Amino acid sequence: MSDKTYKVPTMQEMSAKGESPEVLFWVGCAGSFDDRYKAVTIAFTKILNEVGINFAVLGPEESCTGDPARRGGNEFLFQMQAMSNIQVLDGYNVKKIVTACPHCFNTLKNEYPELGGNYDVVHHSTFLQGLINDGKVTLKDGGEFKGKKITFHDSCYLGRANGVYEAPRDVIKALDAELVEMKRCKTKGLCCGAGGAQMFKDAEPGNKEINIERTEEALDTGAEVIAAGCPFCMTMMGDGVKNKEKEGSVKVLDLAELIAKNQGL
Amino acid sequence: MAYISQIAFLLVLAVAGYLLSKRIGRIKKNIQLGKDIDRSDQKGERTKNMLLVAFGQKKMFKKVIPAFFHFLIYAGFLIINLEVLEFIIDGIAGTHRIFAPVLGDFYTVAINIFEFLAVAVLLACVVFLIRRNILGIKRFTTLAGWPKLDGNLILVIEIILMFAILTMNATDMLLQGNDPHYTQTGDFFFSSFLTPLFEGMSVSALHFVERFAWWFHIIGILGFALYVTYSKHLHIFMAFPNTYFARLVPKGQMKNMDEVTTEVKAMLGVGDAGSSEPPAEIARFGAKDANDLFWTDLMGAYACTECGRCTEQCPANITGKKLSPRKIMMDTRDRIEEIGLNLQAGKPSEDGKSLLGDYITAEEVNACTSCNACVEACPININPLDIILQMRRYMAMEESSSPQSWNSMFQNVETNFAPWKFPPTDRFNWADKVNN
Repeated sequence: MSDKTYKVPTMQEMSAKGESPEVLFWVGCAGSFDDRYKAVTIAFTKILNEVGINFAVLGPEESCTGDPARRGGNEFLFQMQAMSNIQVLDGYNVKKIVTACPHCFNTLKNEYPELGGNYDVVHHSTFLQGLINDGKVTLKDGGEFKGKKITFHDSCYLGRANGVYEAPRDVIKALDAELVEMKRCKTKGLCCGAGGAQMFKDAEPGNKEINIERTEEALDTGAEVIAAGCPFCMTMMGDGVKNKEKEGSVKVLDLAELIAKNQGL
Repeated sequence: MAYISQIAFLLVLAVAGYLLSKRIGRIKKNIQLGKDIDRSDQKGERTKNMLLVAFGQKKMFKKVIPAFFHFLIYAGFLIINLEVLEFIIDGIAGTHRIFAPVLGDFYTVAINIFEFLAVAVLLACVVFLIRRNILGIKRFTTLAGWPKLDGNLILVIEIILMFAILTMNATDMLLQGNDPHYTQTGDFFFSSFLTPLFEGMSVSALHFVERFAWWFHIIGILGFALYVTYSKHLHIFMAFPNTYFARLVPKGQMKNMDEVTTEVKAMLGVGDAGSSEPPAEIARFGAKDANDLFWTDLMGAYACTECGRCTEQCPANITGKKLSPRKIMMDTRDRIEEIGLNLQAGKPSEDGKSLLGDYITAEEVNACTSCNACVEACPININPLDIILQMRRYMAMEESSSPQSWNSMFQNVETNFAPWKFPPTDRFNWADKVNN
């Protein structure tokens, strides 16, 4: 709807002009390479543009935070990644980071300080909640989610790992949607099955896939939208919905996508 | 003649004290076999956690019904044991209910409160026996062998000990009119229901029953204290240090391996690599055996009461995988006990066995999603995830035995700077799609 040209400034460009952004958008590997999550990256970029946030990305200079390597046990590889990232971030004098990946969020916020990287890191759910609270994003009345049932799937690395439970829910409530909770939510939320580097290997033998168990629970709420805030959860829940052949009636959407849709971006 | 029982009592006390202190020393030594980790910071925050979580049972109340009955037993244990002080003084001095004349009416009130709690504990233990054995609750039905017996034994012992108190008080009341040695105390409400059982007995028979119950109770308590140190029931003590020394950082934060940092810094030529000290001898990256873990992990293993709330919440376990966080803690305890016994017997520290491999399999360790549900669920802040992740570190860095897909992922991160095999030059291609 908007004819505006969205910009994606890189740190390198800004630095060449002697400028520095207010916030660095850390895109993450999934946000850069995963076809489904690229849409989330784009939705969030559009919101940042609309609101007029002075942001930048690292672009080709970005690199894996090392989270999957660390969770898989390869501490050497994690620290190599972390230290070279810290060199890049400190080289640009980055102070504030926003990311749409709870795994990147957790690693940058909690694990980089011990290796000398100290940044103010927020997850995009908290960032979006801030934009709504400050009136920078005014959600349209009667938008496409008004009155619709939306359930939020807690990402372990956002929820239990870092205690962020309310920000994503506040974003959903601001859409005038009906937030419905799954039986296991917040501190008791059930993992999608992809954390701890499980995303990168097949599950051990069992009698069920974890994402199917979780998707069944989400579908039980009768929600039309399963909202997520994590690329791995997005994949797992999306696969689960497909497995249950519900992709025609139930959508898995990220919080940024919900807002972008409401705003007609 | 009068001194015989006093001497016997002192002997019982000395033997129990000796065995108990030896066993406590052994457990302390076993815990100290773990690697050092500094938890001496934030004393205020730690004390607060201990008071809320251990003393205040905060996390128990996530499940209200068991929390209520557990609280009855807990309060009963704390308060009824005040009476043990009187038992010990009476036993040593040869007196009988030495506090009764001193406290007067308050003594009667106090004993009535103890009796009320004894009945409450009794009821709670019966409820727990029913929950464990009849209601088919999965976290209990999945226990077999010694852990199952242990859980039931504790409840049965507690029921018997409570009956001993009530029997002792009932016969005491009957003796109060007949034997001047028995101080007048006023009526005890709950044990008076038992007096009809003993009313027809002779004074000497009553005397025998009362003494038997007294000795049974005190020896029972001392024996139980010793038993507890070999049992899952040790949580009644270990919950306190375990909550005090528990991690205070966000649950998602993995502990940094400083020994790796030193090497990585040297490799990259950054930071304080100038400190030319040769790197300290690194025993092993990650954990293969129980003594490769931190002492806090071993303390957690001794604190675990095998309630299974962790396993009940574990996504891997729920979906039929072999991983069970409760089993991780039980295995860790069994193995560190075994290592401790080997050391005690003067055997070589290497017995050809290890925690990873002989107790816990790679399949279990690899199944974890690191979701922290087990850590969140534990009523006393035990951290099974910490143990799992240390084993993964051993597998990745010492054995290179991580799953093949993980090795590929590591390789991708190393060469493409992403866990997937995409060329790093494509990383920013998404930006081309923003405007169409």
